[in-house]
Amino acid sequence: MKRLFAWAVLVSGCLFFLLPLIGMTEFSLKMRRGVYSFDAYVRVFEDPRFWETFSYSLTLAAATIIFGVLLVVPTAYWVRLKLPQARPIIEFITLLPLVIPAIVIVFGYIRLYNTSSILPLTGSALGTDILLTMGYATLALPYMYRAVDTGLRTIDVATLTEAAQSLGAGWFTILARVILPNVMTAVLSGAFLTLAIVIGEFTMAALLNRPAFGPFMQLLGANRAYEPPALAVIAFAITWGCMGLIQLVTRFSKHERAKA
Amino acid sequence: MPDAPSPVRIKRRLPLEWLGILPFVAFALMFLILPTMKIVIGAFQSPDGGFTFQNLIDLNTDSIRSAYITSIELSLITAILGCAVGFAMASAVVFGGLPKRVRGPLLTFSGVASNFAGVPLAFAFIATLGPAGLVTLWLKTEFGINLRAMGFNLLSFWGLVVTYLFFQIPLMILIIIPALDGLKREWREAAQVLGATGAQYWRMVALPILFPSLLGTFALLFANAFGAVATAFALTGPQLNIVPIKLFAQIRGDVLGNPNLGYALAFGMILITGLANVIYIVLRTRSERWLK
Repeated sequence: MKRLFAWAVLVSGCLFFLLPLIGMTEFSLKMRRGVYSFDAYVRVFEDPRFWETFSYSLTLAAATIIFGVLLVVPTAYWVRLKLPQARPIIEFITLLPLVIPAIVIVFGYIRLYNTSSILPLTGSALGTDILLTMGYATLALPYMYRAVDTGLRTIDVATLTEAAQSLGAGWFTILARVILPNVMTAVLSGAFLTLAIVIGEFTMAALLNRPAFGPFMQLLGANRAYEPPALAVIAFAITWGCMGLIQLVTRFSKHERAKA
Repeated sequence: MPDAPSPVRIKRRLPLEWLGILPFVAFALMFLILPTMKIVIGAFQSPDGGFTFQNLIDLNTDSIRSAYITSIELSLITAILGCAVGFAMASAVVFGGLPKRVRGPLLTFSGVASNFAGVPLAFAFIATLGPAGLVTLWLKTEFGINLRAMGFNLLSFWGLVVTYLFFQIPLMILIIIPALDGLKREWREAAQVLGATGAQYWRMVALPILFPSLLGTFALLFANAFGAVATAFALTGPQLNIVPIKLFAQIRGDVLGNPNLGYALAFGMILITGLANVIYIVLRTRSERWLK
């Protein structure tokens, strides 16, 4: 009886999640009248703006990940090693992007870095790209920091550092060749989550007026019927791919550790 | 960081360790704290730069007030439903005697779905519950149920509620399953030995322990819905009167006709999500004591 009830709850819940996925897939195949076809996908892939915006967002995601790793790994390492008293403050700051809505943060950027300010980042395309990358790094900060910090918890930072130092390693060598490989799983998890967040992000890119994938999807949604669900299917596949890769690297590293 | 001096050579007692987090502090200041401060300060500034409460007072117009009310209602309802359904699904998996194989896929799927927000999510729901959507047509042809005639419109408040639930429920599942796992068997057994019924165990043992994490997750879901722009914008366009959409239009084209009123609008958002998250953080630290 109890088990039956549990199944009923789970199945009806899953139905709610499956229906939109089935709905978008079915709709995306309906472009040609009467038969299912991949016409909508062909249209999407033939659109040069799709590739332009997609590669733009991909490039920005890569920049965000590289910047995020360079920022977060040394900071989290240093706080664990030398500044445990700074932990609460740092953790509080890394949680702030969950508290302050993205739209408010980007509003601040626009007003703080406009063309009449000391640092007129929004004045040029490159400057705006940098600003957008920093915005994405801010959005990803809570996830990146937590992932890396959890990774650092599983290794003995102090001993590894002393061992490396007694072998003559400098700070750069320690970070790049001792600490980073040890937290690689965490870094990759954070990186894939960042990719999932950045690739379809709409608000910041739209308000900074950059040709990213999110605003492109929105524009297409306002003007077309069958391409938007095709884009949704693609976006869902990307999100699923990112989460799958996270599981994969986590499982892989557990396997490695079990063998060791 | 790489060129920070080796600590062995330092003889001075200057707190040089703090230099190590300088890049992080600079980043946080430039791209998180100062931009937010700019908004907060702007909310209390008059056009000529003087201090004023006028912007906050000016928020009290019919249109802005109703935007805040709709936003708060939307966030409350999606948070309540998200918590309730998410809790039901999570407890079905943890206590319902379902096979262990169900759990992993559910958690993975929740991770995907909670991140599948924004523009594509709106498209998925338009293709399903929109005027020509799969479910809409199916109900009409198979059962003669006309959703539109019954008053359901995806591009309205309740349509937004249904759509938001797609990422709210999985977020609840992700957070609450570890909390349910933390309920120790011994507590249930101890309650049973003392003669408690199942309902009594839940009411007097389990729920009080879970209460902080339930309420905390509720606050997180609330803030999550309150700050969301992309899903609503892609679904309804700029018409729907909720605060994030209003702010979006204001940033794009100063629709309120007063830049400082825009700051005040944003400041109100920070205040509300900030409050929700303070509740979340306080309650989470309280609940973590039990979930060791």
